[in-house]
Amino acid sequence: MGSNNEKPRILSIQNLIIKFKLRGQVLTAIRNISLDLYKGESLAIVGESGSGKSVLVKSIMGLLDKNGFIDQGQILYKDYDLAQFNTEKDWLRIRGKEIAMVTQDPMTSLNPLKTVGKQIEECVVLHQGLKGKEAYERTLKLLRDVGIGDVEKRYKQYPHEFSGGMRQRIVIAIAVACNPKILICDEPTTALDVTIQAQILQLLKNLQEMYGLTTIYITHDLGVVAKVADRIAVMYAGDIIEIGKTHEVFFDGKHPYTWALLSSLPQLGSKGEELYSIKGTPPNLFNEIKGDAFAPRNPYALNIDFVERPPFFKVTETHFAKTWLLHADAPKVVPPQSLQAFFEEGRRYAHE
Amino acid sequence: MSSKEVLLEVKGLNVTFGKGKSKFEAIRDVSFEIYKGETFGLVGESGSGKTTIGRSIMRINEVTGGEILFRGRPINGNIPKEWDREITQKIQMIFQDPMASLNERAKVDYVISEGLLNTKKFGNDAERMEKVRNALLEVGLLPEFASRFPHEFSGGQRQRIGIARALVMEPEFIIADEPISALDVSIRAQVLNLLSNLQKQNNLTYLFIAHDLSIVRFITDRTAVIYEGEIVELAPTEKLFSNPIHPYTRALISAVPEPNPYKERAKKVEIYNPAQHNYEKDRPSFVEIEDGHFVHANKEEISRYRTMYKIGV
Repeated sequence: MGSNNEKPRILSIQNLIIKFKLRGQVLTAIRNISLDLYKGESLAIVGESGSGKSVLVKSIMGLLDKNGFIDQGQILYKDYDLAQFNTEKDWLRIRGKEIAMVTQDPMTSLNPLKTVGKQIEECVVLHQGLKGKEAYERTLKLLRDVGIGDVEKRYKQYPHEFSGGMRQRIVIAIAVACNPKILICDEPTTALDVTIQAQILQLLKNLQEMYGLTTIYITHDLGVVAKVADRIAVMYAGDIIEIGKTHEVFFDGKHPYTWALLSSLPQLGSKGEELYSIKGTPPNLFNEIKGDAFAPRNPYALNIDFVERPPFFKVTETHFAKTWLLHADAPKVVPPQSLQAFFEEGRRYAHE
Repeated sequence: MSSKEVLLEVKGLNVTFGKGKSKFEAIRDVSFEIYKGETFGLVGESGSGKTTIGRSIMRINEVTGGEILFRGRPINGNIPKEWDREITQKIQMIFQDPMASLNERAKVDYVISEGLLNTKKFGNDAERMEKVRNALLEVGLLPEFASRFPHEFSGGQRQRIGIARALVMEPEFIIADEPISALDVSIRAQVLNLLSNLQKQNNLTYLFIAHDLSIVRFITDRTAVIYEGEIVELAPTEKLFSNPIHPYTRALISAVPEPNPYKERAKKVEIYNPAQHNYEKDRPSFVEIEDGHFVHANKEEISRYRTMYKIGV
């Protein structure tokens, strides 16, 4: 889905189903997802906790928990089908070298007993095959690239001597040191302050250009998405319910869940009035989900939403949404009032 | 604004941790007033001291200097026992992480009524159960949940339990320390609405501590911006956002992500450099630059700000 003529496809997920065994029960975390990733783009996967966004990218890295398994589907990268990989040896060809990851919390993702220089150099030696002085020089260059000053001194310091933002820069340097093709950023700025967040996002954007990376952002923060993403995939209950270019999803969203997510932003609320909130809670993934997973919480739900799962309906060449509201026979439904003003504003910007 | 009743007053607050060489001044000469019925926001980065101020009011942290007055009476230092008990009941706190702030081994019933048990604020057990029941209903949970354990609840529900625990004491003043930062987007709105409804129903006053400025803008009436233990700017919230004066406030507001890709990408993030202030000779003070709008600045800066932002000229 989402044909994109300019860029070649780099990763393709097809009909993926991921399940977890938990206390004798089986939980379906990913419910039949197909997704293409194009070279050089940055894709943001948006969703609440429990929507499966982390599970999806973990499966690409082979980092699923022991009780998780791929039940069906393919993950095609180069000539490999990553879904068939089952030994660590297989994964070592991919992990780091081809696909690297920046995790959420820079406080726990570094080794406190090693200097940051050594931690970066480790990757340079392993993945770029450099040794001695060369490896050292490359490490210093990486430190400079991620915006750290006084690199010779910093090389010899330990993680506890760095602030949160600086540590996240180190984590990013380690990920980039592997020379990956795809960089996955799992909530890269959630643990950071706003002023630092802006800097880290800018850094990631710059690195993407400098190293020709394809990036996947996982986030629940639509502000982050607005800053970095070319395309957005919205996830709900283990499924991608809408995908499209950033401005399409923001200003011409079609799925009621996308509407609800946008409407519950405090920026769209007016003071003194009740903020729009999604009623109820996400579905229990232990149970089989019938129809549209969002239907019970959806004020616009049609009868068919409770019976049959909607397919992807095409909105434009690059924009698809899984909602029966787009079916030709569906009644005309307009998004909530506050959102229409937001859409209008977006269209005005698009024309300028 | 000035005609309003002052509920809580913080005067020249100083909090210092450690002694001698490892002394650290977390809060330096902070003063502000909170009026009855309002929501007062306190924003700043991690390490700025916003939580320390909240904890000082809760009397969890020792105050090194200055005074905290509740209804005009000091609440720190040596105070009569009854007053101490009354304060314990009147000022309550809601914590950030609902996953960590509830006792895992206690049933919800106990979690909520622990404060009641400590202050013996009930006649008999039936009355206590009634209070727990009402508190649960008020936060939108079912009374049956009292017999369950915290781990049986989702993050949003657990935060509601945390709110019920504060409400059961019938407080006047609630300190909400990042109450929704750990929650999901769709749950955040629910909890925000709950907090503002409870405020209206029970005539509560909030101190809302947060780092997310978009939420602060939505929920607070007045906001103070804190930087490294000092309040740099304080104003009615809308004024603060539409007309920020202190360079740190400007930097902070410019960094808030906009959920609009066009605006977000076009926007210029200002960077705050604390070295820009020249406070050697001309000492700064906390000046009211326009009605209700205070800035931490010295004389030269005040006159510069006045011309730059066309205030009071």
